[in-house]
Amino acid sequence: MIRDITIGQYYPAKSILHRLDPRVKLVSTLLYLVSLFLFRSIAGYLVATLFLIGIIRLSRVPFGYIVKGLKPVIMLLMITVVFNLFLKKEGEVLVHIWRLSITTAGLRNAVYMAIRLIYLIIGSSLMTFTTTPNELTDGIEALLNPLNKIRVPVHEVAMMMSIALRFIPILLEETDKIMKAQQARGADFESGNIIQRAKAMIPILVPLFVSAFRRANDLAMAMEARCYRGGEGRTKMKPLRYKGRDRAAYVMIAVYVAAVVAIGRYVPLKIWIF
Amino acid sequence: MMDMIQTEKLIFEYEKRDEDGNVIGTSRAIDGVDIDVKEGQFIAVLGHNGSGKSTFAKHLNAILVPTDGTVWVDGRDTKEPEELWNVRQSAGMVFQNPDNQIIGTVVEEDVGFGPENLGVPTDEIWQRVEESLKAVGMLSYRHHSPNKLSGGQKQRVAIAGVVAMEPKCIVLDEPTAMLDPVGRKEVLKTVQRLREEKKVTVILITHYMEEVVDADKIYVMDHGKVVMEGTPREIFSQVEKLKQYRLDVPQVTILADELKKRGLGIPAGILRKEELAECISSQYTHGNRTGMDG
Amino acid sequence: MSIRLEHLNYIYSPNTAYEKHALKDICLEIPAGEFVGVIGHTGSGKSTLIQHFNGLIKATDGKLFYNGENIYEPGYNMKNLRNEVGLVFQYPEHQLFEIDVMSDVCFGPKNQGLSPEECEKRALEALRLVGLKEKYYKASPFELSGGQKRRAAIAGVLAMRPKVLVLDEPTAGLDPKGRDDILDQVAYLHKQTGMTVILVSHSMEDIARYADRIIVMNHGEVMYNDRPKNVFAHYRELEKAGLAAPQVTYIMHDLKERGIPVDIGVTTVSEAADEIMRALGTEISENEDMTGDGMLDADAMGGDTSDAGATGDGTPDADAAAVGRASGADTADSKNMEKKR
Repeated sequence: MIRDITIGQYYPAKSILHRLDPRVKLVSTLLYLVSLFLFRSIAGYLVATLFLIGIIRLSRVPFGYIVKGLKPVIMLLMITVVFNLFLKKEGEVLVHIWRLSITTAGLRNAVYMAIRLIYLIIGSSLMTFTTTPNELTDGIEALLNPLNKIRVPVHEVAMMMSIALRFIPILLEETDKIMKAQQARGADFESGNIIQRAKAMIPILVPLFVSAFRRANDLAMAMEARCYRGGEGRTKMKPLRYKGRDRAAYVMIAVYVAAVVAIGRYVPLKIWIF
Repeated sequence: MMDMIQTEKLIFEYEKRDEDGNVIGTSRAIDGVDIDVKEGQFIAVLGHNGSGKSTFAKHLNAILVPTDGTVWVDGRDTKEPEELWNVRQSAGMVFQNPDNQIIGTVVEEDVGFGPENLGVPTDEIWQRVEESLKAVGMLSYRHHSPNKLSGGQKQRVAIAGVVAMEPKCIVLDEPTAMLDPVGRKEVLKTVQRLREEKKVTVILITHYMEEVVDADKIYVMDHGKVVMEGTPREIFSQVEKLKQYRLDVPQVTILADELKKRGLGIPAGILRKEELAECISSQYTHGNRTGMDG
Repeated sequence: MSIRLEHLNYIYSPNTAYEKHALKDICLEIPAGEFVGVIGHTGSGKSTLIQHFNGLIKATDGKLFYNGENIYEPGYNMKNLRNEVGLVFQYPEHQLFEIDVMSDVCFGPKNQGLSPEECEKRALEALRLVGLKEKYYKASPFELSGGQKRRAAIAGVLAMRPKVLVLDEPTAGLDPKGRDDILDQVAYLHKQTGMTVILVSHSMEDIARYADRIIVMNHGEVMYNDRPKNVFAHYRELEKAGLAAPQVTYIMHDLKERGIPVDIGVTTVSEAADEIMRALGTEISENEDMTGDGMLDADAMGGDTSDAGATGDGTPDADAAAVGRASGADTADSKNMEKKR
């Protein structure tokens, strides 16, 4: 069901990760994502995995919930795996099908690419699980603040993001409702060729857009009624101030990156399983 | 008492445009409305959909400004651009759709949104948020996501968001239209509590008559005009007229009117169930006694 | 065209943090041609329930028979079911999408595979049924007023000529005039075509006015399933379930408690007025005949003796006893159902 999409959603819990400064989480997530591409050995993967497990434990977000977040990207994952599987021509040939062959290198690449992608998604969704969209936008706003000097409307962009995130679940629910309403009128979304299926989306998309515009209009009015006039002169309910735990977190992520690079590069644990 | 809100010959016209965006005429949504609200009063504006009552409400918060005539909010002319934010701060507004007016993704952050915009210092924002959530009875939900709340709860959060801006007056534009009976009751109770505890002026716009029984004064709108005004009792006694203006006359009022028509001695403008039962039972005991005497 | 539910259960998002047992062991029968009201507070499961009727939601377990056929049997023609059971969602105007009203109403018949001429014919018929003026047929649905949009949307379902019409709060957000128009139209349809109507509403007053029978949902269970007056007799329990009986019920109960011999089973304003006049009238003229009248009336109420018993004296205890008896009758009913199976 469309409502089951958990990616990008906040998961309320009381963990140290939830309490961290969003800037720390943003920077750390970025560093973690980059770190995934800095090593090529199994030792590196081991470190990255241990780190990820540790973070998941710390976040107190149920593992099953995180895994559910992967569902919508399975297609993407499969495509990547298939590409890597067949395109790499080096190494010993394992299987030969028609003109395509799977080599050890290809298989290795595919598996590693899949792991990287999964870690990447889990890593970034852990950030959204533990950070409210408002905190997230506050963090982005603070980190990008220097851009204000070159007239980038940082606050406005951040506000837009925050609102988008707030309305994702509402619009998903609405999509679900509209789909059912059209199904009740005999609409069929499941059969037919690709053009027919695309055409079948019109009865969903038009009402959805109409509703989104109506909501946007209402929301703009409600924001104005509550004296919203852009970022200028605005104070913050939750201003960002680094605390002890944030500094500790920065140190930790630095240590992790250093470790993953060092171990991944220099520890000769290059024993492949296959 | 000071005037909280005053309108004088308020007129508002929409421009009608053709497909190319040229103005082809105007349509008058509000037509010469004079309303006077004193500080601390509870005023109700009744009207069916399209009677102009929501357009009127939007004038009290300077979301719309009059085409002609004047609206004063707490002594400020809403047409003056430099007064805009003061007007919006003094007259807070709660809208119909609970989903489309909550900006925050966590209850307390949403309540803090208004004070943030006003430039209130951080410590005070926290204080106000806590107080407002307490005032609407939603303090225990402060860390919740608004998406998981019921309609009535969402509306109470929206009210808290307005209360946190410390307005002198709260305008509620059909706050219960999309709620179920439980939600409606919740919202009305909250509004009543605010009136008692915070002494705010309340302007309630609605088409449900049973919500306005306690109002100090009721205005009924139709076709952009005020067509009836008076105390609830005065208004409720004119059942035929109310029906003609497409209002939701409560069953008690209709029943009282019906019985009166059939010759029972029931006073005009019955507002509450207990009142009617009292009336009928007094007739009964009276009748009973005469019966026994005869 | 009967619908029968046997031990139907539905669980939302099973095995997750959001798991919710939305429908619990529902047993119901809705015979053809009936006008049934479904009420319940938000989250009581009423919307989930009605989406089972045309197979939009599949029960976690249990059986749903339409015309005696279990729709969960493999190979059951779901498309046909959706043609016969028309479902009008809450705020149905949010599903309008075509460039004009006419094409939008044709969407359903078109999906049924009918010829363009036949689609148009049915659309016209449906638009007339909902009372939408002809000048709007070629207008964009987005230009109509709220009430007109809703009519157009309802026509979109009627054009499929369903045998069962399910409406989920068709009057939400409308003003009294709009509400009465739509409900009167539905009642008229019911009378004219004999179609089964299942009306979901928050408003007891509306349901009392139109429905032959009321199903009260509470926390995913069927709380009551009876004629309106019998259901409203439990007004205290209804309140606990986040609902309320019509105002008239409260007044009649209040009068009864004050010692006036009125029939507390009346549910509409005109019935109540008649009843009060009768009670007061007989009182004034002939004091002695009163008790006789009262008894007669209780009998005339048609077999629901539990209620008549409660009317005898208005003390809370007697009411509680009546409730007990009534719920006893409920269990007897469900036993009967079981026997039938």
